[in-house]
Amino acid sequence: FLRDYAALLSPAAFPPHRHDDLKEMLDSNKDSLKLEAMKRIVAMIARGKNASDLFPAVVKNVACKNIEVKKLVYVYLVRYAEEQQDLALLSISTFQRGLKDPNQLIRASALRVLSSIRVTIIVPIMMLAIKEAASDMSPYVRKTAAHAIPKLYSLDPEQKDQLIEVIEKLLADKTTLVAGSVVMAFEEVCPERIDLIHKNYRKLCNLLIDVEEWGQVVIINMLTRYARTQFLNPNINKTFYGSDEDEDEDEEEKEKKAEAAAMAKRKPYVMDPDHRLLLRNTKPLLQSRNAAVVMAVAQLYFHLAPKAEVGVIAKALVRLLRSHSEVQYVVLQNVATMTIKRRGMFEPYLKSFYIRSTDPTQIKILKLEVLTNLANETNISTILREFQTYIKSMDKDFVAATIQAIGRCATNIGEVRDTCLNGLVQLLSNRDELVVAESVVVIKKLLQMQPEKHSDIIKHMAKLTDNIQVPMARASILWLIGEYCEHVPKIAPDVLRKMAKSFTNEEDIVKLQILNLAAKLYLTNSKQTKLLTQYVLNLAKYDQNYDIRDRARFIRQLIVPTEKSGALSKYAKKLFLALKPAPVLESPFKDRDHFQLGSLSHLLNAKAGGYQELPDWPESAPDPSVRNVEVKESVRAVGTVTYRNTGAPRGPQQTEGSEESDSASGSESGSGSEGSGSASESEESGEVSVSEEEEGEEEEKKTKKRELKKAVQESERSPTHFEGFINLLFSRGFLFSVRFPSLNVDFYLFLPVEPAPSPQVTPVNNLLSNSLVTDLEGLSLSEAVLSPAVSRNASVFLALKSYELLHRITGEGLSVEYCFSRQPFSPDANMVAVQMQFTNSSTSDTKNLHMEDVKLQSGMRVKDFPEIESLPAGETATAVMGIDFCDSTQAANFQLCTHTRKFFVSIQPPVGELMRPVFLTENEFKKEQGERSFKVQ
Amino acid sequence: MLVSLLMLCWSVDFFSSSKPTTVLITVPAEMINSLFLISHSGDIFLEKHWKSVISRSVCDYFLEAKEKAGDPENVAPVLQTPHHYLISIYRGKLFFLSVTQTEVPPLFVIEFLHRVADTFQDYFGDCSEVLIKENTVTVYELLEEMLDNGFPLATESNVLKEMIRPPTILRSVVNTLTGGSNVGGTLPTGQLSNVPWRRAGVKYTNNEAYFDVIEEIDAILDKSGTTVFAEIQGVIEACVKLTGMPDLTLSFMNPRLLDDVSFHPCVRFKRWESEHVLSFIPPDGNFRLMSYHVSSQNLVAIPVYVKQNISFLETGSCGRLDITIGPKQTMGKTVESLMVTIPMPKSVLSVNLTATQGTYTFDLTTKVVLWDVGKLNPQKLPNLRGSISIQTGAPKPEENPSINIDMKLQQLAISGLKVSRLDMYGEKYKPFKGVKYVTKAGKFQVRT
Repeated sequence: FLRDYAALLSPAAFPPHRHDDLKEMLDSNKDSLKLEAMKRIVAMIARGKNASDLFPAVVKNVACKNIEVKKLVYVYLVRYAEEQQDLALLSISTFQRGLKDPNQLIRASALRVLSSIRVTIIVPIMMLAIKEAASDMSPYVRKTAAHAIPKLYSLDPEQKDQLIEVIEKLLADKTTLVAGSVVMAFEEVCPERIDLIHKNYRKLCNLLIDVEEWGQVVIINMLTRYARTQFLNPNINKTFYGSDEDEDEDEEEKEKKAEAAAMAKRKPYVMDPDHRLLLRNTKPLLQSRNAAVVMAVAQLYFHLAPKAEVGVIAKALVRLLRSHSEVQYVVLQNVATMTIKRRGMFEPYLKSFYIRSTDPTQIKILKLEVLTNLANETNISTILREFQTYIKSMDKDFVAATIQAIGRCATNIGEVRDTCLNGLVQLLSNRDELVVAESVVVIKKLLQMQPEKHSDIIKHMAKLTDNIQVPMARASILWLIGEYCEHVPKIAPDVLRKMAKSFTNEEDIVKLQILNLAAKLYLTNSKQTKLLTQYVLNLAKYDQNYDIRDRARFIRQLIVPTEKSGALSKYAKKLFLALKPAPVLESPFKDRDHFQLGSLSHLLNAKAGGYQELPDWPESAPDPSVRNVEVKESVRAVGTVTYRNTGAPRGPQQTEGSEESDSASGSESGSGSEGSGSASESEESGEVSVSEEEEGEEEEKKTKKRELKKAVQESERSPTHFEGFINLLFSRGFLFSVRFPSLNVDFYLFLPVEPAPSPQVTPVNNLLSNSLVTDLEGLSLSEAVLSPAVSRNASVFLALKSYELLHRITGEGLSVEYCFSRQPFSPDANMVAVQMQFTNSSTSDTKNLHMEDVKLQSGMRVKDFPEIESLPAGETATAVMGIDFCDSTQAANFQLCTHTRKFFVSIQPPVGELMRPVFLTENEFKKEQGERSFKVQ
Repeated sequence: MLVSLLMLCWSVDFFSSSKPTTVLITVPAEMINSLFLISHSGDIFLEKHWKSVISRSVCDYFLEAKEKAGDPENVAPVLQTPHHYLISIYRGKLFFLSVTQTEVPPLFVIEFLHRVADTFQDYFGDCSEVLIKENTVTVYELLEEMLDNGFPLATESNVLKEMIRPPTILRSVVNTLTGGSNVGGTLPTGQLSNVPWRRAGVKYTNNEAYFDVIEEIDAILDKSGTTVFAEIQGVIEACVKLTGMPDLTLSFMNPRLLDDVSFHPCVRFKRWESEHVLSFIPPDGNFRLMSYHVSSQNLVAIPVYVKQNISFLETGSCGRLDITIGPKQTMGKTVESLMVTIPMPKSVLSVNLTATQGTYTFDLTTKVVLWDVGKLNPQKLPNLRGSISIQTGAPKPEENPSINIDMKLQQLAISGLKVSRLDMYGEKYKPFKGVKYVTKAGKFQVRT
């Protein structure tokens, strides 16, 4: 080691022979020596020392058997290949071999290193490797291919067109593993090719939740831009009705908006279901542990959501304030911008922005900014009280910022102006000069609003000129006195006298204001000040600073009439003593929202290289049908079972090998064989996309209904169009399918369109036109109707899952479990049969088991189970009850009564239990399809 | 020097103005180009580049900003230089400085850098200059796997540990003797699965799952002891050592208490939304299952009160300090590990105090009084009093210092949150389960 260090310290001493020991070690045939050498070399690289002369010795070991040596050689190679292009070529064949390896991880790693070697001559080899890897069986290799795309692009931008082809291919990939990486490649190579996204839009939305965190950020940011080009502004109607928050828009823009709004009025705004899909699928990610993901969703909502819905992001952003100070810094910058446009959303969290003395100054100042933006008539007194404690802080920069914040509150909220002004005047007697100076500057701005009322304050400030040294403050005082010299006619000339004495020692800004003061006094009170003014102008004439000389010359020409002076001097008074508008104190974060929030450009308030502008909303929506996909695509895309969205716990995914054989449906593959009730699982995955519909979506639902009706009608007209009908259902999100590879069947689900509509309808049935419904109803009732060869009811081979209704302990010995028996409930076909199992594990008999006091949502109905007269100790009894959940997932609440006790219980159905599944083999399905017999509940 | 600065300014202007807005200029884009590790004192002791090498002279801009800011906490996390953007974090007295050339969400980089620091902490027990220097090669191997071409690749601790084994004393001894390596011989299968946070083939003889519910009270109390602001933040830290692929469900007695939650990626959102239970396949080992915020409608119980009087005399350079702490709403538990921190004004020279319980120290450079009280005895309240001397000639400090409190209450979640049960599916064995509750003071500050 010592020798090594010596060599490093004085490389000139042994130029040709340094690292000889390392070379020797690398050439030995002992792996341990090679490893030791490589470790020392990597340590050199890490310290930023040059180790390039070892290249030939290192590159020889690229095919070394020892995996750690090999990895370290890769590290070295990637670092120095650019400098030693010819030698680097020696290693290429090793990687080319690696690309053909049967093990996916070796293929991926070979591609990763190969694509990291920045040597132009191998561009064709890289291109070929990427193309091959893009159609690899293994999603992991495909992911690596996506990563390699930007590397090749930066090496040779000429390859763009070919790379776009690969990106297009990979964008169509259905695995979560690839999605994030390919979108990243898209963003770096061809962010302008928005058309490539159309067909993949819905898939990306649906996969999003299961993509790894970093990929989520990239996808969400890209989809934000996409949505801005494809959908209409959801807030356009509201601006027309005069929102109070967007007051500061200029006229032209207002007109434009009004026009657009007028157009929108003619045609009421309906949110594109795809727009809704994006908002819905990103919302749960506000709960991510990753601050970047939360911020990405927050900006998406800020830029895309209807005003009424943006509020949800506030809570998540406030949560991030608990994180590291760097995270706070970025989040607060964004919150500051948001509070200007949408103040209301953060008002409930006002206290979360209170400042602690332990916060770093830059955080304090940002919090202060947010507090100031949030101030309004109702909370101003609380905020001012809080500000009072801040003024006492030891951190003087922060105190100065607080004083400015008070000034801003005072200008924005008229009611507190006097209070603030009084508070600031008190600060003038503060011991700290910086505090006084800042107060003076702010008071000056406030006084400009109503000077006549406050001549005493001006007098007070005039006295300060004796003590206060901060140039900005002195300048401010002088300006005030000059501007309002009529209010302080006696003091003003005296101040000028003092200033004339100290003129030569003043700072430049102060000198300028002295000149200003002199000029104004000369015009209003020339008797007393004529000589003083002359004196000051003479001093200024010989000042070192040319600005001051210039100003002096200019003023002299204007105010001192000579025969040569032009017509302007007549207007001198008007020029100097014109009424000046009060300054507007506004937030530095105003209008920052034209940058996409969360971006680097927003933070710097300047466009960073490679920043993609956030497009304006289109005037009229582009064709939404571009996002429709052919059925084959959607079967997999929409029906993919995702991990985080699945409701029921289930077995883990198969990890090794399975991906290779079944890569396209990778994430679905685990569900088929597990015993935990795969049917209900897959149904739940469907629930994600449909049953989550929110209350305010009536419009959307209606259009959906209409579409569905139309579709049914169409399919009725021509029976052969059944497939088209299914396609349509898929594309509109009514129908979901899950593929069970082990059974080689597709499982179709028909989902109810709305959760709990009016009482008398079961929506699906009503939606389908009658003739089709009657055709179908016969099929759905029991398996006997379907030919036995065609169908096997799910319950035949899936264990029923039972749920606990009453626990043994709470039930004082009586326990009740229930399960959905998936049998038709004979008294009422609309009801779901619930089989209950009562177990009496107490020591005494339980009598008169019955139910009462049923509480239901409107439309739901219950058929009680027959009363159980007596349940002896240790015995078990079963009973069946029927519940019409009315296609909602609302719980049915009732009391379970025994002769002694009553227990409150509730039954909530998983969506899956509201439907009846049917399994068809491919042939059977085709047969059914031919007969147009399609089963729904 | 001045000339060169002017040149720089000019080049900034040139750089930005020469870019037309309408024409798309392709910039070689990347997320993170390079990483530099810089010590507290400004020594650049490690660099790693994921693309073309960027000279370490780029750090000069940062070092300049650091010099200007004084306190390292006050260095802006994002800096702009003529050709690069510098995004940095400060962790464990180290700066992690990343260099990028194009637009990138700043939080993306910051979050990633913290993940890197977390990984170091996980591997080496701490994230410090000494440990990183000692383990340079492992650090390099980790960085190589965590980022590919500037885009995060493997950031899950479970996946990384499959590829690169954390160093242990035993292993490093064995490795030196046998020339063994700390790179895993197996390939990282975790990366392939869609449960990437869990490695395959986990085996334990004792199967156990522990959950710590840790709540922190953030509060600002004013002079009179009234609560200005208080809230409860909680986390559930898990240590799960279970064989195979267990699927766990954790349910609460009172999940409605939780107002805002964030989860480890393993938690299924859907189940939380519909049933308010946590359903997940856990990572192997230690991890943070969820963080939560307790809804602000609930009044927050403040476990202690502070009676304080800190005053500086107008004349003579001295002041008085008198602090007493007593129990308030402790829910029948004992307040432990009580610690009081008071950052004094800079003009304070020394303090002369007596504590009825515990010990106090005064740091001459940072001017911080640290009083380690220990257990709070309700019968005999701890008190700290005495005099403060100030630099002669210095004016009386404008404001009184604030008092920061640290404490711990065992076996209590102050919000009242209770875990009701933990169920396991997917595996046959019976695991040992345990839940522990702790309440701590978070940012608990008393203004004086």
